[in-house]
Amino acid sequence: MATAFSAPKLAAQPFSTISPSSQDRPLKIPFLGSTRKLRCLGSSRLNLSRRPSGPVVAVSDVVKAKKPTQNPSLLITKDEGLELYEDMVLGRAFEDMCAQMYYRGKMFGFVHLYNGQEAVSTGFIKLLKQQDSVVSTYRDHVHALSKGVPSRAVMSELFGKSTGCCRGQGGSMHMFSSEHNLIGGFAFIGEGIPVATGAAFSSKYRREVLKEANCDHVTLAFFGDGTCNNGQFYECLNMAALWKLPIVFVVENNLWAIGMSHLRATSDPQIYKKGPAFGMPGVHVDGMDVLKVREVAKEAIGRARRGEGPTLVECETYRFRGHSLADPDELRDPAEKAHYAARDPITALKKYLIENNLAGEAELKAIDKKIDELLEDAVEFAEESPLPPRSQLLENVFADPKGFGIGPDGRYRCEDPKFTEGTAHV
Amino acid sequence: MLAISRQRILGQSFQKIRPAVPGLRSYSSAAKQITVREALNSALDEEMSADPKVFLMGEEVGEYQGAYKITKGLLEKYGPERVLDTPITEAGFTGIGVGAAYYGLKPVVEFMTFNFSMQAIDHIINSAAKSNYMSAGQISVPIVFRGPNGAAAGVGAQHSQCYAAWYASCPGLKVLSPYNSEDARGLLKAAIRDPDPVVFLENELLYGESYPVSDEVLDSSFCLPIGKAKIEREGKDVTITAFSKMVGYALKAAEILEKDGIYAEVINLRSIRPLDRSTINASVRKTNRLITVEEGFPQHGVGAEICASVVEESFAYLDAPVERIAGADVPMPYAANLERMAVPQVEDIVRAAKRACYRSVPLAATA
Repeated sequence: MATAFSAPKLAAQPFSTISPSSQDRPLKIPFLGSTRKLRCLGSSRLNLSRRPSGPVVAVSDVVKAKKPTQNPSLLITKDEGLELYEDMVLGRAFEDMCAQMYYRGKMFGFVHLYNGQEAVSTGFIKLLKQQDSVVSTYRDHVHALSKGVPSRAVMSELFGKSTGCCRGQGGSMHMFSSEHNLIGGFAFIGEGIPVATGAAFSSKYRREVLKEANCDHVTLAFFGDGTCNNGQFYECLNMAALWKLPIVFVVENNLWAIGMSHLRATSDPQIYKKGPAFGMPGVHVDGMDVLKVREVAKEAIGRARRGEGPTLVECETYRFRGHSLADPDELRDPAEKAHYAARDPITALKKYLIENNLAGEAELKAIDKKIDELLEDAVEFAEESPLPPRSQLLENVFADPKGFGIGPDGRYRCEDPKFTEGTAHV
Repeated sequence: MLAISRQRILGQSFQKIRPAVPGLRSYSSAAKQITVREALNSALDEEMSADPKVFLMGEEVGEYQGAYKITKGLLEKYGPERVLDTPITEAGFTGIGVGAAYYGLKPVVEFMTFNFSMQAIDHIINSAAKSNYMSAGQISVPIVFRGPNGAAAGVGAQHSQCYAAWYASCPGLKVLSPYNSEDARGLLKAAIRDPDPVVFLENELLYGESYPVSDEVLDSSFCLPIGKAKIEREGKDVTITAFSKMVGYALKAAEILEKDGIYAEVINLRSIRPLDRSTINASVRKTNRLITVEEGFPQHGVGAEICASVVEESFAYLDAPVERIAGADVPMPYAANLERMAVPQVEDIVRAAKRACYRSVPLAATA
């Protein structure tokens, strides 16, 4: 097992060595502390690592230590680097385009943007196969794009047109694609976690009960810091570890749940520590660095694929915009925002690629241009697509409205008079 | 009532002549009696053996043989990978069932009682019922949620609520409620084979009751259509609709009314969603009077929906106001005499039928 996972063993140490009071964190303010206080303390505390200063080792330290001694072996190849860069730029440009379209009235309702968190999505999802599944929350546009749903389909869905990935019936918060195994898109936080656990369960069931050999599909569940206080999260950590399901629980800890700071809402803000409590490794990683995320993701997904069970990965990340486009975003300290803006994952990857001679400025600019053109095409496509027809309103409520399926003669089985006599063959 | 129907069917079997044509499947109506519990158990057993994608999940379904022994023997037969004992995590395991159903497996999720389904109702409604619509048909959810529903005996307010009205108001769900063994077998098999989410509301007090079943019912490919009600007893003076345990009460009431010359038509709804409005309306057009019977709370209940449907479609045919018989508008009390008052009894149905037939003074006039 790689060194990245020595962290969980250390995280299981007795409480006294990792007690929160031993670290410099604004926990000394009264726990109902006002945000005003947080703001004042925030700027001076920001330079101190929010990562634990105790014996628990975050992956980022490990990876940092590796690099100088192992030069020139780099973490990625040129092709991989360009793929990661393109995916993150697509995510960022798409979300910016969404904001523009929203303010022009083309998009409506609730739109939650992912700016700043692209490293998590790209770092994890680019390691998956088509049959692996991704379960997300309402902040799901970029997860859909990384998983392979075409940007035209996502943009049309946001515009509410019939060419969208869900024919306009889902919207921003309910992206589904059975072809790409993106199963949502759930508006209730915590709702996707049991569903993801069920998807992982079905993969294990197929392998062991239905005897589909080589069914090693992995499921990734993405959710935020606020969800980690929800009961369903703990129920699923328990069952996933109990039944050793092939799932990775990815926490996108961006410190804020709308306007509720993670520190104000959680008794122990270190989420990765909750993994070992249920018998699975808990790993903390710098979510603003796509390469670090990718290293951890490789381990976690590999573990799941080999049948060794679930992993809890906490990614420290940040959203540059508000919770949604309707959020005025007044509670967050501008200094905090500036701190994370300086750690923009796209700029960091660009710097890495150029410094290590994996790509030149011109190549990266060409990618930027390509994405811009792609998005313009997507917006045009969405604009020109038709609205759903009236007949679509009542469609798809049931897979089989009359119950029991269609018989070989093409008629509904329940209309067959022999249906209840036991002679009808089903 | 049971004794009477048993005699009737036995009487018929002695008169039936078996056709001598070879190759024709002939069913003698010799009555075999099975309990509702046996009916459900055999239905689960047969569906699990027919399709390896069907699996059971719930609290105590495995080693305990089922909290009400419905899943008895299934763990030994199919193993712990297909009969899963879960921890006490309704929200969690219901969501896991839904996630598995997204990927083509066919879970049968048991709630120890449907009261506990309230902890998982987010998954039943939001992840299961709405998914086919939200994904525009890409993701269907072939899941069954089953368990006892409604009042039992002396279990108090938090274990006695009827959820038929709650689940039946949600588009995307099919809601079934069997009465006798034939219903239990046929509807559960249909529910498991159905590609949509089905809420299957059983009744704890009916588990131990035996009902006669014909050979067709015992055949392993038997199942009943979803969305069709059954006319349990034909009549011409007043229509009584009921589901689950209340069907038995309605049949008893019909016996009593017959002595007074009132011939009641009893409809066993079987399917609360989709509601078989055409059967109900056809019956009301025949009898011109309607009584709806249910165990649940009266406001926004199943009876309210049936009344609205009949008023919309068959108003001109009604000769009397529609009477709703429902549970009392209070949380279920514990004391035995109060509990009896909180649930409809046969006398209530008889009185309502008489009011509808103008044989006694209407309630409003006594106020």
